[in-house]
Amino acid sequence: MNKLKKVEKILFNFGKYFSLVFFSLFAVVPVVSCIFTAFKTAEEYQSTSVITPPKNWLNFDNFIRAYKTADMGRAFMNSIIVMFFVLVVSVILGTQLAYILNRFEFMGNKIIRNLFLFASLLPSIAMQVTVYKIMSTLGLVNHLYGYIIMMCGTDVISIYIFIQFMENISVSMDESAIIDGASYWSVYWKIILPLLKPAVVTSCILKGVSVYNEYYAANLYLMDKSIRTISTSLYTFVGPMGSQYNLICAGVLISLFPSFVVFILCQKQIYSGITSGAVKG
Amino acid sequence: MKWLKSRKGQEMIIIIAFSVIPLFLLMLFTYLPFAKMVQFSFYKMKYLTPPDKRVFVGWKNYIDVFTREDCFKALKLSFYYCVGALFQLALALFLATILSFKVKGGNIFKGMMFFPYLISGIAIGFIFKFFYTRGFVLDSILGLFGINVEKLPFWLKDQKVNNWSLVATSVWRYFGQNMVLFIGAIMSVDNELYEAAALDGANKFKQFIHIILPGIKTIVTLNVILSITGSLSAFEPPFVITGGSNGTGTYFVIMNEIAHVTQKVGLASAMAVVLLVIIFIFTILQKMFFKYVFREAEATDESYEASKLKKKKKMI
Repeated sequence: MNKLKKVEKILFNFGKYFSLVFFSLFAVVPVVSCIFTAFKTAEEYQSTSVITPPKNWLNFDNFIRAYKTADMGRAFMNSIIVMFFVLVVSVILGTQLAYILNRFEFMGNKIIRNLFLFASLLPSIAMQVTVYKIMSTLGLVNHLYGYIIMMCGTDVISIYIFIQFMENISVSMDESAIIDGASYWSVYWKIILPLLKPAVVTSCILKGVSVYNEYYAANLYLMDKSIRTISTSLYTFVGPMGSQYNLICAGVLISLFPSFVVFILCQKQIYSGITSGAVKG
Repeated sequence: MKWLKSRKGQEMIIIIAFSVIPLFLLMLFTYLPFAKMVQFSFYKMKYLTPPDKRVFVGWKNYIDVFTREDCFKALKLSFYYCVGALFQLALALFLATILSFKVKGGNIFKGMMFFPYLISGIAIGFIFKFFYTRGFVLDSILGLFGINVEKLPFWLKDQKVNNWSLVATSVWRYFGQNMVLFIGAIMSVDNELYEAAALDGANKFKQFIHIILPGIKTIVTLNVILSITGSLSAFEPPFVITGGSNGTGTYFVIMNEIAHVTQKVGLASAMAVVLLVIIFIFTILQKMFFKYVFREAEATDESYEASKLKKKKKMI
């Protein structure tokens, strides 16, 4: 009996680690092969198999060339500008809306919640058919600010993250501040917003990554080369350069490097954001 | 004037001030386009057609959606994505369960499997074009196991396999995210239950069936339903990898082309409306499903929420 248990345990452990290793490889191999290729010279890329490591791990030529051809310095600048404005505005709008939805009972409360919930059902790709028409009517196409304004709207997931968090901030704190003569604005600005900081960080990381990676609308609304973001700058490699994979891989790696750094630094917030955003969505 | 200074008046002001901009943006970029979409779907028009030149065509666009070869056939492709999504959920649940037991290096495994979720769609497109090209990554790896590369299909061209190749990229991208979601849900199941079960001599499989699964069934069901609606709107893999060629164009890829390349805005709007109607039907079914099937599950839901609250309090 005891022996059987032992065998069962060994088999279980083997199965456990085998599955973990197998699926981790499944996840990283496509990226690792990209890393290998990005460090190879043109001749090396032609002559060796794509899954053999490069001879020289310090060959950054491809990265420099990709960075220059796709004008990625400029693209980084544009992405940073877009992210800065979108995050600041959407955090302010989102926390303010969450504040009134959570703290006050008024006629439209339920309606506003439902409007945002319903909006999350509409697939954004389908909406772009007519959003495009509105953007062009308003003259917002092909301007960085137009794209920023479109992305600024708050979404149901960040509202939920804020509301959930606010439910744990005691209402008595608001009330005592009000009795002391504070206005609702200062309650929001001096009490609620500072206490919401962890939720703000979580939602900024999640939204930041999604804005940084957004390419469908960016491709539609930012046609000029000078206003491309990082994700659309990769389109430079479509076409004549389409088979120079050592160059393309380098470009891809440059573009995902910031996400990688953020991921390493903020794993915890990312995981908790994903869990809390999905419970009600 | 006095009323404005009263508490009620102040409340009114702050409510209006804090909701007017978000609601304006929501109207401008969601509900106005939605209304326009319904309107356009009855017209034959391009983006630049002035309003008086649009031709009213009645239900013709809708009839076209169902009769045109390319439109409705494309909807059938969602079957592939649906199968992929269900596989992905099962895989995520399996890995989440393993990781919720004691595992050495668990965090590293979790991180490796999650990271694809943070890569942009266009970068994924390049990574997998490279991955699937004849003689490149996938072929070389299979070659290592002694498989004759010459006999392998062209992963992105051969119509027998290319849709599965694309579905695999979607599984690759999202299974880690699903896994993290499920780990979160499993963690919120009361720890004492596991300890009690272990004392009673329940093995891991029994623990899974009797403790973990019932504890997280709401979130699993929700994700199964979401994956059905999600696969109807599958878009990114074919859009960035094959551009919809060789029979890989899903409904949205075709719609995108009709809208922005050939500029048949009316037809594209009708396609969008048809899909939205399908999604609403599924959402309503889902609501009913939860109402009637999970009536008795309210209690577990509550304890889940409650334990989340506890965790949040600790964080503060």
